[in-house]
Amino acid sequence: MTDHLLEVRDLSICFHSRGRTVKAVNGVNWHLDRGETLAILGESGSGKSVSASAVMGIIDMPPGEIVSGSITFDGQDLLNLPPHKRQKINGRRIAMIFQDTLAALNPVYSIGRQISESMAVHGKSPSEARARAIELLERVGIAEPERRFHDYPHQFSGGQRQRVMIAAAIAMEPDVLIADEPTSALDVTVQAGILKLLKKLQAETGMSILIITHDLGVAAEVADRVVVMNQGEVVEQGGVSDVLNRPQHSYTKRLLAAVPGRHGYTRTETERGEILLEVENLSKHYGITKGFMKVATGRAIRALDEVSLTLAKGEVLGIVGESGSGKSTLVNTLLGLTSPTSGDVRFRGQSMLSENQREMRALRRQVQVVFQDPTASLNPRMSVARIISEPWAIHRDVLPRSQWRDRVAELLEQVGLPAACATRYPHQFSGGQRQRIAIARALALQPEVIICDEAVSALDVSIQAQVIELLKDLKRQHGLSYLFVAHDLPVVRDFADRTIVMQNGKIVESGRTEDVFERPQHIYTQNLLASRPEEEKLRSEVMEPAR
Amino acid sequence: MMLWRDKFAFSSALFLIIVTFAALFGPSVLPDSALNMNLMARNAPPFELERGWMYVLGSDNLGRSLLARLVIGARYTLMIAASAVLLALVAGTILGLISGYAGGRLGNVILRAADIVMSFPSLLLALIVLFVLSPQVSNVVLVLALSRMPIYLRTCRAEVLEIRERQFVNAARALGATHSRMVFLHILPNALPTLMTLATLEFAAVMLAESSLSFLGLGVQAPAVTWGLMVADGRGYLASAWWVSFWPGLAISLTAISANLMANWLRTAMDPAQRWRLEGDRKS
Repeated sequence: MTDHLLEVRDLSICFHSRGRTVKAVNGVNWHLDRGETLAILGESGSGKSVSASAVMGIIDMPPGEIVSGSITFDGQDLLNLPPHKRQKINGRRIAMIFQDTLAALNPVYSIGRQISESMAVHGKSPSEARARAIELLERVGIAEPERRFHDYPHQFSGGQRQRVMIAAAIAMEPDVLIADEPTSALDVTVQAGILKLLKKLQAETGMSILIITHDLGVAAEVADRVVVMNQGEVVEQGGVSDVLNRPQHSYTKRLLAAVPGRHGYTRTETERGEILLEVENLSKHYGITKGFMKVATGRAIRALDEVSLTLAKGEVLGIVGESGSGKSTLVNTLLGLTSPTSGDVRFRGQSMLSENQREMRALRRQVQVVFQDPTASLNPRMSVARIISEPWAIHRDVLPRSQWRDRVAELLEQVGLPAACATRYPHQFSGGQRQRIAIARALALQPEVIICDEAVSALDVSIQAQVIELLKDLKRQHGLSYLFVAHDLPVVRDFADRTIVMQNGKIVESGRTEDVFERPQHIYTQNLLASRPEEEKLRSEVMEPAR
Repeated sequence: MMLWRDKFAFSSALFLIIVTFAALFGPSVLPDSALNMNLMARNAPPFELERGWMYVLGSDNLGRSLLARLVIGARYTLMIAASAVLLALVAGTILGLISGYAGGRLGNVILRAADIVMSFPSLLLALIVLFVLSPQVSNVVLVLALSRMPIYLRTCRAEVLEIRERQFVNAARALGATHSRMVFLHILPNALPTLMTLATLEFAAVMLAESSLSFLGLGVQAPAVTWGLMVADGRGYLASAWWVSFWPGLAISLTAISANLMANWLRTAMDPAQRWRLEGDRKS
């Protein structure tokens, strides 16, 4: 037989739902050797998580059904193992960490207890478990582990929680660590830290890592070998540099071509057009109150601190920053959802912060928004036609009701959806299509500025590329300007003419995109850019000429 | 037809239609037989046809036909339960929307008032109110609605607080939507399914609450009759004549279950993301 540590052979898994059978994975083969890192790469719906879930035995059956194939771990057939034997393998020899750390940790127990719990289950005395837990916390880079042992999950940041999860996972020194999108919810600088930690632990313990990800950059950074999956099938596998630099399969090629940040910079005209949107010294402070009576302490959190920027006609202004940098507060203030503490926002020289409701409505019409999560930003109980025509229902003077239908069809076609979609409901569309609907709604009032608040962050790379293309087309056709807010640097690098970098509510750097990315001045920008070294390498090898 | 596919919902609908018919036309079809005493047939057992088909379900301690009394009783029972539930639902929802959406001082005042009503024993409240006012049907409805309203208010407020923070409400706000538009087009339709389900559950509870009021002599006054009152009447004969309480009890349960199943079906049918479940398996 083979001497692979973990081997999945010819695995097919079906899910039965709505009276239909969907093949989640179909004849999948992969293997993992001792001490190596394998990345399973794929977009949503590719079945990349399913085979790993089968390894852990956490697929719900029904609706799931393993149709054929075998999973062998260290010579044992996992699929035919009695439950009590399997329990001994799960957690002890194969451990798993997840994307959503807040959901995976129990909020009512201290993290120390949760880490020692897994050790107690596998037979260690409480004092031993406690000592070991503290040691583990130290090893995964949690400062003052003795003190933090008794803290609860909500007292940690996302990156720290992932470190705690890793500590719990490696508590029993497993042979295999399965990481399902371990860094997708984290900021780039934090992600870099976690990936480094995984590599370090691997070097120390010699465990194998199976990392499931949609992010080529992550795969390039940590993996020795890559398995590329598409629609439930493995389309390509091999050494990481072979696959990513010399892809054989057409899907891998397409996936790589869709990765943003490799197309050179948008050429910026030296002459900037007329200034549309002007933000001047905008600040938003949240006062910190104390005690039951909510007495103001005099201290304040500066969510926005003296932010100034301008947006010219036909321009794309990228705003990058990690969570907590004040991006969202800026967007909400521009949309009039929160009122600023001080400062001004002007559209064509007219202040948008006036009290006069009627004037405001006319001005606000010119600035529309596309939100991050298209599932949440569309009312699930409204048909697409009603969603897109809602702006006209609110701004009565724009379009007479008799023309709504035709205009909805027109808008849908503009964003690349068939006009027949109008009668359907949001849940019947994929994420990318829903974002197109949201864009159609934003276009309905024919605005001059569209604010994209992480508008492509929730989408797969190939879909992301399509939506960005759409935004570019619309910009050409309608002379739109975009305020493009994102945490994802490569997308901004591709799309924006100028870029602003924010940290802790302040603008730390701004300038032409090329200058910011190639010659970053501020230390924070340099850090941010340095967080993805592998991706940078990947980029230089496959760099295409600027378009 | 979507209703036919769900057999449970279909039979529920059928039962509710029968009960509604009984409530509407029963009193004019059987004007007297519910009140006519027949001391020869006191506590007659059910399923004996020698006394005529009116006595098929047996009779009560005064020899009145249970079948006729069930039919007549349907009117007041349904009327009281339906109007109390409806009143509580509407008032509770409106106050819940206000306290959830507007918040602030007004929202807090509404909430505290609801807490006071909730913490006060509802039966005691009903006793006091009905003692001061006269025990009429309209007052019974009022008291029942008042004591049940906080449940809707709390539920509605919780739903509003959650839905208000969803992105599509923000999207509407960014478009410049008015408050009424956001409340009635975006928030209410998403909160309604929960409230409707709650209302049907409450339907049974209100029927029983009405019966305890009637039992204490503060509810519906004889000769008018409700199912709850009939259950109370038969209480003393449970050992010797179970049917006196059983049939009205069964009627209450069946009505409540039917209402619940109907609500379940409605909720599914109204939800665009769930509707396919009722449309059968379409090949795609």
